[in-house]
Amino acid sequence: MYFGFGGICSHGSQWLLLIPARARQGFIRLTSFLAEYLPILVFFFIAFGLAGFILLASWIIAPQHPDTEKLSPYECGFEPFEDSRGRFDVRFYLVALLFIIFDLEVAFLFPWAVALGDIGLFGFWSMVFFLGVLTIGFIYEWRKGALEWE
Amino acid sequence: MIISALAFYLFATLIVASGVMVIVSRNPVHSVLFLILAFFNGAGLFILLGAEFLAMILVVVYVGAVAVLFLFVVMMLDINFVKLREGFLNYLPVGGLIGLILLIELLMVAGGWAFSAQAVPGPGAPLSALAPDPGVSNTLAIGKLIYTHYFYLFQAAGLVLLVAMIGAITLTLRTRKGVRKQNIAHQVSVNAKDRIELKKVKIRGGV
Amino acid sequence: MNGLPNFLPALPEIFLVLTVLGLIVYGAIKGEAESRFIGYIAVLALVVAQVLEMSLSPAHSVTFNGLFQSDRYSIYMKSLVLLGSALSLILSFDFQDHEKSERFEYPIFVLFATIGMMMMISANDLISLYVGLELQSLPLYVLAAMRRDTVKSSEAGLKYFVLGALSSGLLLYGASLLYGFTGTTEFSGLAAAFSESSGHPPLGVIFGLVFLLSGLAFKISAVPFHMWTPDVYEGAPTPVTAFFAAAPKIAAMALLVRVLVGPMGPLTAQWTQIIVFLSLASMILGSFAALNQTNIKRLMAYSSIAHVGFALVGLAAGNVDGVRGVLIYMTIYLFMTIGTFAIILNMRQHNRMVENIDDLAGLSKTHPMMAAAMAIFMFSMAGIPPLAGFFGKLYVFLAAVNAGLYTLAIIGVLTSVVGAFYYIRIIKLMYFDKPHEPIDRKVGRDNAIILTATALFILLFFIYPRPIISAATVASTSLFGGG
Repeated sequence: MYFGFGGICSHGSQWLLLIPARARQGFIRLTSFLAEYLPILVFFFIAFGLAGFILLASWIIAPQHPDTEKLSPYECGFEPFEDSRGRFDVRFYLVALLFIIFDLEVAFLFPWAVALGDIGLFGFWSMVFFLGVLTIGFIYEWRKGALEWE
Repeated sequence: MIISALAFYLFATLIVASGVMVIVSRNPVHSVLFLILAFFNGAGLFILLGAEFLAMILVVVYVGAVAVLFLFVVMMLDINFVKLREGFLNYLPVGGLIGLILLIELLMVAGGWAFSAQAVPGPGAPLSALAPDPGVSNTLAIGKLIYTHYFYLFQAAGLVLLVAMIGAITLTLRTRKGVRKQNIAHQVSVNAKDRIELKKVKIRGGV
Repeated sequence: MNGLPNFLPALPEIFLVLTVLGLIVYGAIKGEAESRFIGYIAVLALVVAQVLEMSLSPAHSVTFNGLFQSDRYSIYMKSLVLLGSALSLILSFDFQDHEKSERFEYPIFVLFATIGMMMMISANDLISLYVGLELQSLPLYVLAAMRRDTVKSSEAGLKYFVLGALSSGLLLYGASLLYGFTGTTEFSGLAAAFSESSGHPPLGVIFGLVFLLSGLAFKISAVPFHMWTPDVYEGAPTPVTAFFAAAPKIAAMALLVRVLVGPMGPLTAQWTQIIVFLSLASMILGSFAALNQTNIKRLMAYSSIAHVGFALVGLAAGNVDGVRGVLIYMTIYLFMTIGTFAIILNMRQHNRMVENIDDLAGLSKTHPMMAAAMAIFMFSMAGIPPLAGFFGKLYVFLAAVNAGLYTLAIIGVLTSVVGAFYYIRIIKLMYFDKPHEPIDRKVGRDNAIILTATALFILLFFIYPRPIISAATVASTSLFGGG
């Protein structure tokens, strides 16, 4: 798709007539849709630019004389006894995993909410059954104590 | 017009660059962060295609959940990339050869694709009834189909999520012994007669 | 907008889903005390699903907007899968008693895996194929790692998961290539698209086919995608291994046959070469690699790889007779495997499970009936007539010879002879060697019943093979679109 888009400049819109009607409709809709996202792109550039500028300024202005002694970890004058990483508890992972499951449930809820008017009763009950299935999972994890953080 | 072309090339370059940095980084946490950057740029590309729902899902699910899990695993396992990468030069000839073969195969497939405005979709093209109306947003188009037309797959996906939940709890949940937990409902429902006992004591008898 | 989809062909799956949901809630509320009860209900549910399955109308029906299909073939294979799941679940009860590792999630995962298998077999679309495959695989990964406190089990689960996820990714990539080059994911649409470009499919279609086959070959543990099988079979708890060797293998084989005969039907000339290679490699490796094994579960893993190779010989023929051979072979394979694992589950010394083949030495003196059953299974696996295993091999090799695949059949026979060595070595150990350390006397009652029933089936198959042969013929014909 973009090989076509990239080569065309927008001086005058007569070239639009070369595109068949239905695709033209879609194309025009696409560009007006994209125009709504333009502010986000501007934000992106500003953020990138500002962060880049700050990093660049720091890199240029700050004195940099790294030394092995300066960079090594400080442990009251001694050599470090062991790696400073503590043992990671697997409970965090379980919490993140349960989050992801319910996050996906919510992701399914979005299009349903938008399309609820068009899918009728069958669509409604299908989502209710899906939510029921995940509620059963919720009951399971509640009773097993996965929601307790000791 | 020109802006969307610029944006496309910008996102595409950043994705390829972050992809390369994921593999090349010395620090595994840097790798995951570059992966997150790749996901964000992928979301940008999806928006350029008009699929804003997919872009949102990419950010919410991939970055918000999957990349977080990646970070947890990277932090959980003390991966020493330097040790892992030792002997890289030994494997370079064979690995390079295999990579070259795969690249040639990919180019063969891609080169056979016909780029043409008249490219007709294959004879098994989806029903025209399902083709989305251009005036309809991506979210609405997906919503109209998943819960009714693809009902079977939707419920199956729900079951897969349920299995994942139960499996995760089965494999990782451990209860420590000797932990005293409060059961509030139990404490609140206690009666006086469970706690206090009136004993009749004889004079000079003792309990 | 369509009206309500037709739920009737999916009735067994729906029943199983509702049962498993109920069991989860019951188990969560009642706790571990009720695990055995949940296990029994799970077996009962599988039996009821079997009855429902067999009473489905055999006419070919496609429902859920082209995502789900039901025909005689799917009824036959789903019945096999349900039987395998039920039997392996029953075998696990005794084991869990001894190991005191009762967890009520075990039957629940078995039920979920079975639902996934049934969805896979009835798939009429690449997406429902994939979703069924994942629904089957996820519980299997968890089951392999069920004994999470042992290194072996965790390692088995990890290996299975990593390799399985990778192969699912390959399969999905192949499916996406097929979609890209045809515009549809539905099997009938794919078949139509391929027959239009018959003889010269685009390169992308070949790539998609190869990736798809790679993903599926992993699931049936065909060489060269078999690496996970010995380690996972050895590391997983033994009843889980019994389940692995029985039901998912049959389901994956059923899926492979359906995919290759259905949507890939017009591309037969392309995939036959791949299947011939897979079959040859599996037969050769399965037979030779098993010669050195000392652990009986690893031996069973390699022997299952060899069996898959033999079954693929029938698929390579690519016609009704070939597929009929595959179905008969898988049926007999199911009974042989369940029976052998019933014996393996009895191998206990001082109440601890033992897994060395040498521990079977002298079994004929301590447990004559069990040794006789094991001898029946081993002779059957080697393909010695008049036991059932011989008939399985007969049908696949006949189909291959009739289709002109002479080399394949000859190599098949030769590798059978090589394989016979290690089966007969076990029999020699049992009957002609002295026992070092006898196996415990006590044999669980359920175990003994299943042992006897499967051994009798294998022994007496030659007397009245007609029901299975005709059912397989009918199923195979329906797959190719007749009746």
